[in-house]
Amino acid sequence: MITLRTKVVLVIAVLAALAVVVPNTNPFLVLLATRVLAFSILVMSVDLLLGFTGLPSLGQAAYLGVGAYLTAILATGYEFGLGMDFWVVIVLGILSGAVLAAIFGLLAIRATGVYFLMITLALGQCVWGLAYRWNSLTGGDNGINVPVRPQFAGIDLSDGITFFYFVFALFVVSLLAMFVLVRSPFGRSLVGIRERELRMQILGYNTWLHKYVAFVIAGGFGGLSGVLWAHTAGIVSPETVILTTSVDALLMAVLGGAGTLVGGVVGAFIVFGLREYLSTIVPWWQYVLGAVYVLTILYLPRGLMGIPAWLRERRASQNRKDEAKRLASVPS
Amino acid sequence: MTSRLAFRSRLLGGCLALGWGTGAVAEELRIGFLAPTTGIFAQVGKDMVDGFQLYLDEHDNKLGGADVTFIVEDTVGKPDTAVTKAKKLILQDKVQMFVGGLLASTGYALAPVSTAEKTVYISSIAAADDLTQRQLDKYPYFVRTGWTSSQPSHPFGQWACDQGYKKIVTIGADYAFGYEVIGGFQRAFEECGGQIIQKIWPPLGTKDFGPYIPTISPNADAIFTLMVGPMSLQFPKQLKASGNQKPVIGGGTSYDEFVLPSMGDEVIGHVSALQYSAALETPENEAFVKAYREKFGKVPSYYSESNYTTAQMIDQVMTENNGVFPGAEKFVEQLAKVEIDAVRGPVKMDNRRNPVHNIYIKKVERRKMFGYPDEELWNIVIKVVPDVGQFGQFEEEVFLNTPVYSRDFPPCQYCE
Repeated sequence: MITLRTKVVLVIAVLAALAVVVPNTNPFLVLLATRVLAFSILVMSVDLLLGFTGLPSLGQAAYLGVGAYLTAILATGYEFGLGMDFWVVIVLGILSGAVLAAIFGLLAIRATGVYFLMITLALGQCVWGLAYRWNSLTGGDNGINVPVRPQFAGIDLSDGITFFYFVFALFVVSLLAMFVLVRSPFGRSLVGIRERELRMQILGYNTWLHKYVAFVIAGGFGGLSGVLWAHTAGIVSPETVILTTSVDALLMAVLGGAGTLVGGVVGAFIVFGLREYLSTIVPWWQYVLGAVYVLTILYLPRGLMGIPAWLRERRASQNRKDEAKRLASVPS
Repeated sequence: MTSRLAFRSRLLGGCLALGWGTGAVAEELRIGFLAPTTGIFAQVGKDMVDGFQLYLDEHDNKLGGADVTFIVEDTVGKPDTAVTKAKKLILQDKVQMFVGGLLASTGYALAPVSTAEKTVYISSIAAADDLTQRQLDKYPYFVRTGWTSSQPSHPFGQWACDQGYKKIVTIGADYAFGYEVIGGFQRAFEECGGQIIQKIWPPLGTKDFGPYIPTISPNADAIFTLMVGPMSLQFPKQLKASGNQKPVIGGGTSYDEFVLPSMGDEVIGHVSALQYSAALETPENEAFVKAYREKFGKVPSYYSESNYTTAQMIDQVMTENNGVFPGAEKFVEQLAKVEIDAVRGPVKMDNRRNPVHNIYIKKVERRKMFGYPDEELWNIVIKVVPDVGQFGQFEEEVFLNTPVYSRDFPPCQYCE
């Protein structure tokens, strides 16, 4: 068994490598990595719900959407958040995601399993509908262009590499915050709810409240992801909050391995890598993406992060077989 | 496809440079092309790519003497992916220009990229009005070779008056392109005395028009439709099934050659307006249709023609420069003055980098064309309105002082 300490060291090493390698590639890859990291915050928030609390949310794009639209509307309508006040926008983005989740949570948390999935899907579609139809605010189908990235205190985010480091820093902070969260007593209670809600209730936990708080926190991280997302491509449109964005986030979390936090990030790198990088090289990238999904679900139900455990079990069972064979061949 | 093409031309370029290096080395022109080659718009994207590719194939992959490296990138029909891919083309592939973009939203997303990266963006399809109207000054590296959404609607509104229609109901997809096509029609039609008495907006992608068709006012003389993609196929069927006897007219995409081969007799007699029809009886178009059909197995749509013509325009500008790319500013300046005889007819550019061309008013008929053996549906041209610019019969200044067409503009003053 790999100890937690080894895992943490491994993650830190990979992150450090990422921070060193990415800026030395070409500007397109830097942009791509920035997009992946910004989106990864959303994927991790999905994992918080799916992997740790057992709530499969299919409406997570809604929180990304409010964060992104808030950023875009403030930047274009009020020229707010293009300087030092970008920090205010980040806080507002987190709050807006959390507030929306607080409202939606009242409706959604009552349900579990597939019903929870359906309710979050419907609520997510409401946000999409608003984005699409509320022309005066959201620009409708055309969306909103965010013309420039913020500049403050000598930091110019319009430079690709600077922006990468900025997103990278916020990503690391988010990862750390969620890591601490899931290892706290509160996080353990969430896992307890995932495993057996009834038992947690009998033990005296208010499981509704625990799930609700987790849902709101996930919404907050979704909002943060949205603020950064708005500045990666510089365009926020209904396509940002469309159902497929939510599905993508969920699939990335499952692909990487739910309940691991970093698994979702790996999933995000793979899916974005195939969709936005491999697609620039070969036209049949969709087959690869499909194959990755199918193979993962067939052979790795625990996702890619489950590979070490899978290998270990294989080795263990192989050892058992060898042992049995050896014993059988020994003349008694 | 992308890489193979790029690789082949790079190889070719390499051979030219190395093998026969004593002579003048051919200049390389790197063109990025953005179209949805996967997803729901993949077939439209294919028409776009094929149109451009056909011109390159007919000209030995050279535009104005320069060897072309043609790099196609998939936008998946999403604006933010289009932006990422445009940046890839500019930053990694170092293209001198990027062409394409299908949806208006993609056009609005790509134009700022051209400004930020100081790279030429040629919009061959994305028709969002304001890019060459009220927002033009924001995009100095942007040129449109296709059309603005409301451009065919202005003469078409006048035509509707000429037919003696007094009251018309519009039904169109509920998004910016729909507002602009219908808005332009309404402005022109009401200018010459007509009345729009009802506007119905089914959402984009509606598959069942059952709830909308019965609400069409019985007082209307005609119905104006603006459908896109699968909506175009479904609406006429259901309209016919409902026993409609009123004349049906519509925006170009309701009947363009992209959907026409899949349609049935229910659309015969419907009239629409666009800058291109595959049934245009000119030698240029006949040759184009035959070449395209032979190569790709289908009749070209305006998506194909527009990109073919775009390649032709780039060819002309590059010829003026003897095959050397003159830099982004100069290129835009020259492209904005181009005048050519295109497949769609004579095309020149107005002073706002948008084409001035013929608008064809056309009626769907079943007949044999260009010597093809089968009777098929074609958009038969019934009227040519020459030299139509983006402001049509209206004064540019007056036009620019009114807001861009939207769900609320022009207001529906005659609505019942």
